[in-house]
Order: sequence, then structure tokens, then C-alpha cells
Amino acid sequence: MTSTQSPPDAAPVGPPPLAPPARRRGRPGRVRVRDRGMSRAFRWLATGAGALILVVLAAVAVFLVVKAWPAITEPTDQLVAEVPWLHGASSLLSFVGPLIFGTVLAAALALLIATPIALGIALFISHYAPRRLAAGLGYVVDLLAAIPSVVYGLWGGLVLAPFVQPVWSWLGETLGWIPFFSGDVSPTARVLLTVGLVLAVMILPIITAVSREVFLQTPRLHEEAALALGATRWEMIRTAVLPFARSGIISAAMLGLGRALGETMAVLMILSPGFLYSFKLLVAGQQQTIAANIAAQFAEASPMSVSALIATGLALFVITLFVNMTARWIVSRRKDFSGAN
Amino acid sequence: MAQRIDVKDLNIYYGDFKAVADVGMAIEPRSVTAFIGPSGCGKSTFLRTLNRMHEVIPGAHVEGTVAVDGVDLYGADVDPVAVRRQVGMVFQRPNPFPTMSIEENVLAGVRLNNKRISKSDAADLVEVSLRSANLWTEVKDRLNRPGSGLSGGQQQRLCIARAIAVKPQVLLMDEPCSALDPISTLAIEDLISELKSAYTIVIVTHNMQQAARVSDRTAFFNLAGVGQPGRLVEIDDTGTIFSSPREQATEDYISGRFG
Ligand SMILES: Nc1ncnc2c1ncn2[C@@H]1O[C@H](COP(=O)(O)OP(=O)(O)OP(=O)(O)O)[C@@H](O)[C@H]1O
Ligand SMILES: [Mg+2]
Repeated sequence: MTSTQSPPDAAPVGPPPLAPPARRRGRPGRVRVRDRGMSRAFRWLATGAGALILVVLAAVAVFLVVKAWPAITEPTDQLVAEVPWLHGASSLLSFVGPLIFGTVLAAALALLIATPIALGIALFISHYAPRRLAAGLGYVVDLLAAIPSVVYGLWGGLVLAPFVQPVWSWLGETLGWIPFFSGDVSPTARVLLTVGLVLAVMILPIITAVSREVFLQTPRLHEEAALALGATRWEMIRTAVLPFARSGIISAAMLGLGRALGETMAVLMILSPGFLYSFKLLVAGQQQTIAANIAAQFAEASPMSVSALIATGLALFVITLFVNMTARWIVSRRKDFSGAN
Repeated sequence: MAQRIDVKDLNIYYGDFKAVADVGMAIEPRSVTAFIGPSGCGKSTFLRTLNRMHEVIPGAHVEGTVAVDGVDLYGADVDPVAVRRQVGMVFQRPNPFPTMSIEENVLAGVRLNNKRISKSDAADLVEVSLRSANLWTEVKDRLNRPGSGLSGGQQQRLCIARAIAVKPQVLLMDEPCSALDPISTLAIEDLISELKSAYTIVIVTHNMQQAARVSDRTAFFNLAGVGQPGRLVEIDDTGTIFSSPREQATEDYISGRFG
């Protein structure tokens, strides 16, 4: 149970959203116009849908807390005795810590790799490619999203890992002085950098699709304003398109990050896990993610183990929520300059 | 700095559609030339060929020559980006960059053209440009606020300031006052009269009084029928056009008998 697709936080697609009409309704001092017929029905439908999402979210949160409670409150020594896979951790917290670390590191890695590429593709599609090619390319990128994550896992483990292994070896030899690339490079390349690469491919479509839509919505007026000042195409993109799309890009990246945080199968099938706070991206047995760990342990878990696993799920839920809220905050910070007025 | 423009045998197309045919005219430096004519006759289209903005629309192209100081803008080795740096443009709807402050808006063109400009030079340029656009006193205390927070008339003057900050040779204005109230309109008309001592100005307008008030020369465009290309009917001194035009069509249009 992960919370990647916690619905209300699906970041807004498109340029800075206008204030939702629902919020304006009933503002004090405003004359309330009576809705009639369809209009009223639609209002209830919209309100209902909004409420439903909140209810689902609350239900998930309650479920996680209730189920995780036994593990959270269990005395540490008993918990360690009952849950075999705590890997020598002295408490639940010291077990969850490295998992959170691994999860965030893998997702950040994926985001770091995917965002520039996705933005490049999106810009190419929206502003450079001839119209025919643009449509085709957009379609191909969308297809990437249709590939099941199991397939990504298989591909990553069987094809990509052997393929990139020599590159990782080279990285380890030449850039080994950088902490990220230090240590004994794994001969199988079942390491976090490979995982990051696969996750990057997986989140590429969503980031590309969202940012492409945002780029396409740049007002023609602003693009022409830049061009008329003597901007080259790239300068036009820098002065008119990117600033306009800023909040949309952040939303896109956060959607991608959300997906990467919760991705299970691909990580499970590729990564050789470990439970350390380790930045070594090329060494096997260093990190593990929350989602992959749950999937790996769930089948043979006792009730207390399940509870402990759900506690880790709760941590993931909180992280995802936090990521989304940070994104919201970043988006709203420069509202004045967003062009929504 | 102002330069003359000579247009010869210009045909303007959107894909296969010929929007404007056979335009030829001379635009004098340090003067204001007004384009009038019924909607759809190709005034905006023609105006946009004077700084090669026409071709940013997919499929749009032209035949013929537009020479600024003797150099054909459509010559094989002319860079449209360079042309647009020489020939500034103000659009019908005010379009300050919404993500930029007032100050950044004024400097936007300069930042593109010569990347480096010292802080004090930039501040001076902002003040001079805003002063020439008659906007300085209204915004000098909020240069860091977004440009989109100004009124429509102020935004339009901000756009004018942005256009003249790069010191173009020619300034094109497409119905710059059509979204503005009479007071802002007057402010911009005054501004045009001041600017013409330094720039060659071309303005499209639907407002006859405005054309009569601000321009030295007036060009009348007309449309033979739907689907037909627009044509230049006549261009003459503004006084002549409004008192004794050569063509009957011009007189009909000006006296409001159609269009
Ligand atoms: N982007 C475009 N693509 C195709 N045809 C266009 C485009 N813009 C304008 N046209 C056509 O070109 C012709 C001239 O249009 P233009 O906008 O130049 O007229 P105008 O004289 O400026 O009219 P108005 O006074 O209403 O602004 C019209 O027939 C119009 O439909
Ligand atoms: Mg027009």
C-alpha cells in the first residue's frame, strides 16, 4: 500500500490554476445566486467528488496508523525478537531510517536524471519539432508510460544492468574520489544508480507530458513580445516560455517524484538491497526502498511483521504528502508573477 | 536614428491564401504614418511584414521587397532576429511579461541584445525609457512589482517603454489604444508625437480622429471582397486624405459610408 497516487495531491496540470470557483462561493458579502437544475446537480457532483477524495485520503491515513500502531508501540526488544528481518536494527526507527534514506535517494536520483531530459523533449516537441514529428514523438513518449513496471524491472535487471556495468566500472575508477562513486563497483550493476536510471525512464513520460502541455499553453502574445524584441528562439523560450511554465514544471517534477518514491517492482527486481545510510551508488548491498522492502517481506510476515511493514508504509505516505505540499508551496510563492492575473 | 522604409510590390501570404497584394509605399523617417481601413483588409498583416514578425506564423511568407535605409529586409543573408532588434513593435493587447517586474520588463530587450549592462546603466535606462513612455511618475515607487499588476493603459505604456529601451530605428504599433480609455489614449497619442522626433513610427488604427491627430501621412487599405487580398488604395499627407482624397473609396470610408 503506497500513497503515490494520493489523488488530491495530483499536482495541477497546466499553468497556474485560477482559484477554484467552489472557494469563491459563499464568500461573505457576495450575493448568492440560486443555482437551478443542471447547475445545482453539477455543483453537488463536484463537491461530492472533492469530498470523496478527502474521505479516501483520510481512510488511507487511518488505516496506516491503526495497522502500524502495534509495531510502533511494541517495546523495542520484543519487536526485534518478533520481527526477523529487522536486520540487527535496534528499534523500528533505526530500521525505518535507512529505508527512508534509500527511498528518497533513489527517487532524487531518478528526478535528477529525468527532469532535464524530459524538459528537453517537451521543449523540442512544443517549440522545435516540425508539427508531424512532434505528434509522433509525443505519442512515443506517452507509450513509455504504458509499459508495466514489471517489464521495466526485467529489462533493468537483464539488459540494462549488464549494459551499464562497464560504464559504472569506469566511473568508479576515474571518479572514485567522489563519495557517490566510491567503493567496490558491483560486477552485476544491481546498484542504486542503475535503479535511478530505470526509475528515470519510468517517470520520463509523466514529466514530459505535463510540461509539454504547459509549454504549449504559453500565450502567443508573450512569445511574440519576446520575438519582436529580437529574441532568438532559445531566448524567446527563456524569456516567455520557461518563466510562464515554471510552476507547471515543478508540478510535473513532483508528479514524477511521487511515482519514483512509490515504485516497487522495478526496484525489487533490480536492486541488491542493503540497510545502510550510504551514498555509494555503485556498490551492491547498500540501500533499499520502503516500497520494495514491503513487497519483499510481505509474503512471509507474521502479524507483528506486517504491522512493522505498514509502519514503514506510513513513513512513505508522510514523505509523499510532504513532497506534494512543498511543491504546492513553491508554486504559490510567486503567485503575483505567475501570469494568472 | 530614424530610417526610411521603401516597400515594393509586396504580396503577403498565409500558406496559399494571399492576404495582401501589390503594396508599394515609402515611409519617411521621423514621421508618423497611419494605416486605416476596414477590418480584415490586412493592416496588421502588412505591419508585421515590416519587422519580419509575419513569418513566425507557420506557412506565412512574402514576395517583394521591404527596404529599410536601402537594405532589403528579406534579403538572403538578413537575419530576422537582427531586423526585429532594429524595428520595434507594440501590440494591440498590452503584453508585458507576467513573470517579470516592471523594471525587468523594460530591460528585457536590452538583456537579450547585449547581455551585459552595469547596474547603474540599467537603472538609468529604465528611468529614461519609462520617462519617454510617460510612465515614470506612476511606477517609480514600485519598479519591483509585476508588470501585469498595472492598469491596461499603464501596461501598454510599459510595452512602449520596453520597445524603445532597445533604441530601435522604427516603431510599429498595431492599434495600441484599442483597449484603452480616452485618457490613456491621449497619453499615448502625446507620446507618439514626442517620439516621432527620434523614430520612424507606423501605427494601425481604427480611429479616424486618432489618425488625423497623430499622423503625418495616412495610408488607406481596402478589401475588394471576402477571400480577395487586401490592397493599398492610396497613401498621402494626412490632411489631404481627410479633406480631398483622390479615390472615391477612401472618401466613402472616411465619411462613414461603409466599413
Ligand atoms: N494567422 C493567420 N492565418 C491565416 N490567415 C490570417 C491570419 N491572420 C490574419 N489572417 C487573414 O489575413 C487577412 C488580413 O488580416 P489582418 O489581421 O491583417 O486584418 P486587419 O486589417 O488587421 O483587421 P483588423 O482591423 O480587424 O485588425 C484576413 O483575411 C485574415 O483572415
Ligand atoms: Mg489588425
